[in-house]
Amino acid sequence: MTDTPADRLARATPPAIARRVRGLGDRAIAWIFVAPTIFLLLAINIFPLIWTVRLSFTNFAANRPGREVEWVGLRNYERILTDERIWANMQTTAHFLFWTLFFQVVIGFALAWLINRRFRGNDLATTLIVLPMMLSPAVVGNFWTFLYQPQIGLINYTVELFTGIPASSFSMLGPGGLAKWSIIIVDTWMWTPFVMLICLAGLRSIPDYIYEAAEIDRASKWRQFWTLTVPMVLPFLMLAVLFRGIENFKMFDMVVLLTGGGPGNETLLASIDLKREAFEKWRTGYSSAYAIILFVTVFGLASIYVKALNRVRER
Amino acid sequence: MKSRYLGASAAVAIAAGAGSVQAETLTLCWAAWDPANALVELSKDFEAQSGHSMRFEFVPWPNFADRMLNELNSGGKLCDLLIGDSQWIGGGAENGHYVKLNDFFDANGISMDDFMPATVYAYSTWPKGTPNYYALPAMGDANGWFYRKDWFTDPEIMAAYKEATGEELREPQSQRELMQIAKFFQGREIDGKTVYGVSIFTERGSEGITMGATGALYAWGFKYENTPGSYDMEGAVNSPEAVEALEFYKELYECCTPPGYDNAYMEQSLDAFKSGQVAMAMNWFAFFPGLYADPNTGGDKIDFFVNPPQNVAASTLGGQGISVVSYSDKQDAALEYIKWFAQPEVQKKWWSMGGYSCHMSVLGDPGFADTAPFAADFLVAMEGVRDFWQEPAYASLLLAMQERLHNYVVAGQGTAQEALDGLIADWTEIFEDEGKL
Repeated sequence: MTDTPADRLARATPPAIARRVRGLGDRAIAWIFVAPTIFLLLAINIFPLIWTVRLSFTNFAANRPGREVEWVGLRNYERILTDERIWANMQTTAHFLFWTLFFQVVIGFALAWLINRRFRGNDLATTLIVLPMMLSPAVVGNFWTFLYQPQIGLINYTVELFTGIPASSFSMLGPGGLAKWSIIIVDTWMWTPFVMLICLAGLRSIPDYIYEAAEIDRASKWRQFWTLTVPMVLPFLMLAVLFRGIENFKMFDMVVLLTGGGPGNETLLASIDLKREAFEKWRTGYSSAYAIILFVTVFGLASIYVKALNRVRER
Repeated sequence: MKSRYLGASAAVAIAAGAGSVQAETLTLCWAAWDPANALVELSKDFEAQSGHSMRFEFVPWPNFADRMLNELNSGGKLCDLLIGDSQWIGGGAENGHYVKLNDFFDANGISMDDFMPATVYAYSTWPKGTPNYYALPAMGDANGWFYRKDWFTDPEIMAAYKEATGEELREPQSQRELMQIAKFFQGREIDGKTVYGVSIFTERGSEGITMGATGALYAWGFKYENTPGSYDMEGAVNSPEAVEALEFYKELYECCTPPGYDNAYMEQSLDAFKSGQVAMAMNWFAFFPGLYADPNTGGDKIDFFVNPPQNVAASTLGGQGISVVSYSDKQDAALEYIKWFAQPEVQKKWWSMGGYSCHMSVLGDPGFADTAPFAADFLVAMEGVRDFWQEPAYASLLLAMQERLHNYVVAGQGTAQEALDGLIADWTEIFEDEGKL
């Protein structure tokens, strides 16, 4: 009989320990494995969340340790929800969210569809397209600032070349209403490849025989696209929208580098405003309430969306 | 109480003799800029004399307040010594971040009478003007102006200016004259290149536009309160003069700055000038030695002037005091550094290396005005400096002003009157939260 490593380990284990381990049920062993993760989850996610909820009902300021903390009830929530400035920031965030998702879905799907049609240089094109999403948002923010520079920037120069509008007569990141579109362009440039990759995975998961059957049934390419391709890629696309939606709701770094929330408050997203309230103005209680409102908004919207996604997948 | 105890114990330690303090490695925190590099060089003398070694933590200006106030608020031990902005003094004192230095000064014969009064008031005292010292004036500074002297003295340009305005081209004697000159240069071709009038501060994120616009506001006679200490702002912050000054700053931004100049602070102002884009620029005196030494636009090509008056002569205060951080475990050695730094001969060397000493042995020297082309202007500027609120809630107060000013000046939203009325509403809410109203 062969002496396996498992046999050797069993012989080396003291009988008492072996009995104790053997005495544990599957459920207990499962708990032993899961407990550290649950502990970390509680310590890092749940406890801070509960603590934030508690702080949101106070006037606590983290930079004023000596000041008496007062219970203010729902006052912070009331101030936030009745503040026109906050609603304006929410609108700015919604504008950014809607248009970035719209452009990323349309362009990302179109690119995936093109890449999926095998052609020479396909792999190189895919690599080049996904490059932007590999860059750091800080790098992207900085070099787009240069691209948008009115005097030396490539964008203004190109506009002048094609339209005759003097390059230095307008500023993509300055006043005039272009700034909110400029940040959408940059985010779309950076993250469209992500949507493209997910769509590409969806397209490649569609078996060829389905299209062959459609061909036999003499379905046109247009009909194949709308009745086969789109419905089968839709769950993937919805997943991409979910990921990008959550990410863009939290968008901070790139926009701070590009505009700092300006000009005025034109690109002041909710996340930037929240950071200023929490860590520049140090209104900890107020900003906790602000964070809870944002959390409930994202969580609520994401839950509704996930239900819709599941329904689509079940179809 | 805690800080007083710490200060007193440290004072006793110093008085007992520097030799009793064991060799330490001290960390000094400041902003990353030209004077900080000079301080590194200067501090080598301290290392040689004391046996302590120095480490430096310099943070770029846009992140300086964020980084350092986070450090202080979390009770961090990174900095033993901090050269913090003047506006932090209220929070530093009230929140126990800074060691109170009165007992230490008394024990070591350091007198605040030896320093320029305006700098003692601005950088060291809390509550303002009381003899409670939380910092030693370290780096005097104010917002000043510099211009292309070679353009201003070019006969062709001078003649063109005379023809256009009927006046001589000279250093502006008022804010209105500054705008007139800026308009003259805006879009003009000089040496085959299009140049612009001025670079001013318009930055949104930290303190830029507030520091720039207050240069105009103070010159028109802007006040924060009707009575100091009353927080009575109605009629002061939004006075007709303040409204006029803010309208002026917006017009200056619109008429006379380079394209895309909507989020500019110190660095952008320096770049605009050094690249030969602008005729005049505002910036802190701290940068003037570097500007004068610049091989392309310095030397004979540059000259300096104090913020021009309109109704009154006034400049925006910059500069910092040096404080001992109360969370430091090396307070004795840190105090030893301050004692060394306060010596007249060290202060003289500090000025000679590019730091702006606040010591009267330097500033009161009859030959001081001739030591640098901007030295006389510095003295004039420091006589009329005005500072922002130095309250513990200064960050909230500053961000509110940043937002109101940028919305009006750069984004073109509303009127100057609405911006200043809105600012009073914001500040009132903050002071109410603080329990001061």
